[in-house]
Amino acid sequence: MIEYAMNYPDKLIDPLLEHIQMLVITLILSLILASALTIISTYSSVFSKTLVYIFSVVYSIPSLALFALLIPITGLGQTTAIIVLVVYNQYLLLRNFIEGLNEVDSSIVEAATGMGMNKMQLLLKIKVPLSRKAIFTGVRLSVVSTIGIATIAAFINAGGLGSILNDGLRTVNTVKILWGSFLAAGLAIFTNGLLSKVEEKL
Amino acid sequence: MTQKAIEISNVTKKFKQAEYNAVDNVNLTIDEGEFITILGSSGSGKTTLLKIINKLYEPNEGTIKLFGEDIAHVDSVQLRRSIGYVIQQIGLFPHMTIAENVATAPKLLKWNKKAIHERVDDLLNLVGLNPSDFKDRYPSELSGGQQQRIGLARALAVDPKIMLMDEPLGAVDAITRLHLQDELLRIHGGLQKTFLLVTHDINEAFKLGNRIVIMNEGKVCQFDTPKNIVANPADEFVSSLIESSRNQGKFWEGLG
Repeated sequence: MIEYAMNYPDKLIDPLLEHIQMLVITLILSLILASALTIISTYSSVFSKTLVYIFSVVYSIPSLALFALLIPITGLGQTTAIIVLVVYNQYLLLRNFIEGLNEVDSSIVEAATGMGMNKMQLLLKIKVPLSRKAIFTGVRLSVVSTIGIATIAAFINAGGLGSILNDGLRTVNTVKILWGSFLAAGLAIFTNGLLSKVEEKL
Repeated sequence: MTQKAIEISNVTKKFKQAEYNAVDNVNLTIDEGEFITILGSSGSGKTTLLKIINKLYEPNEGTIKLFGEDIAHVDSVQLRRSIGYVIQQIGLFPHMTIAENVATAPKLLKWNKKAIHERVDDLLNLVGLNPSDFKDRYPSELSGGQQQRIGLARALAVDPKIMLMDEPLGAVDAITRLHLQDELLRIHGGLQKTFLLVTHDINEAFKLGNRIVIMNEGKVCQFDTPKNIVANPADEFVSSLIESSRNQGKFWEGLG
């Protein structure tokens, strides 16, 4: 195994970087979309409940099926993978964002409203800082979930660590299978550990 | 002649799914500089009435004028910035220091830093807390009585002409409560603002208010000076309130 890594470092590092790239793009897009939807949700509890419900249904669809559904529209490759990953993340992010914001002590919200804060001021100055823990938990869960599901995206030619596994399975190459599993699991466990440490500090 | 600060005309509020009106055809006229206490048991509509004045609730019927201006025509956010508001749970912002808490309303009105700084110091002195000791602390590091003082300072920050206080002393112990009652009278006397204080404590209502609104089941039973209320209770409910307080006094005398 070590020998393989020494001889072909590019074959491991390139997919790893691809994987991280996919993760970063997905995360940025997910956060932008989730923030926008959360802000709209503050205006209507019916809308926010419907939204979380819809995304929970989508989240329950197996990723490979969702990838396959999108291929006729967006084709094979990273774009399709990122769309699916962003949609999946909405459930994890919205549920935590909306619940976190709703759990802020109602007397604090009343005091802030009574002093003349408008909705955006209430959100940015009071609700977001006070629910930062729940918000960050959502981000951590979506990062870990993205790392995992992105591995499957290799089946639709999106690259990433899944491609090492894919190659290994296709050619029955145990070393590749082991490296693929090791890197995918390692990245998820390491990132989760790191983000959990940050979360404790909040 | 003193100006009319608050004119409440035929105000009724009924919550969805409620059988009775929370506030039932209330009419009150309050002059500038008065200290009005609103006395009633829970469910009497006193808090609802207060929240209609700063538009946290919309009345179903009736009008409210503040200094002659109908609040229905004023933007609710702008209106609330011109009214001081204190609630029983205090609602200090736990992620902000005491100075930042007190500076909330001035910041919303975009005062400059120096003015905010000076105002915070003045307010902390006014409520009897040393600015250099308290400014950089967080609410969780303060006692209940100290927190309530900060809640009061925060509400007074932009020098509102009207202060609405919903059981502001409800969460503090009896001794602190007496101290803070005296402080409230002192602050009111010095500022000539119009104070509206909701309480269910009859002693507090009669001690603080120059006039008292007694509410029961959404209606105003009586609105008069403490002396007139004791001399001429308007109905049975008011008589029984006074009677209960007298009995309590006798009970203490009996122990002495």
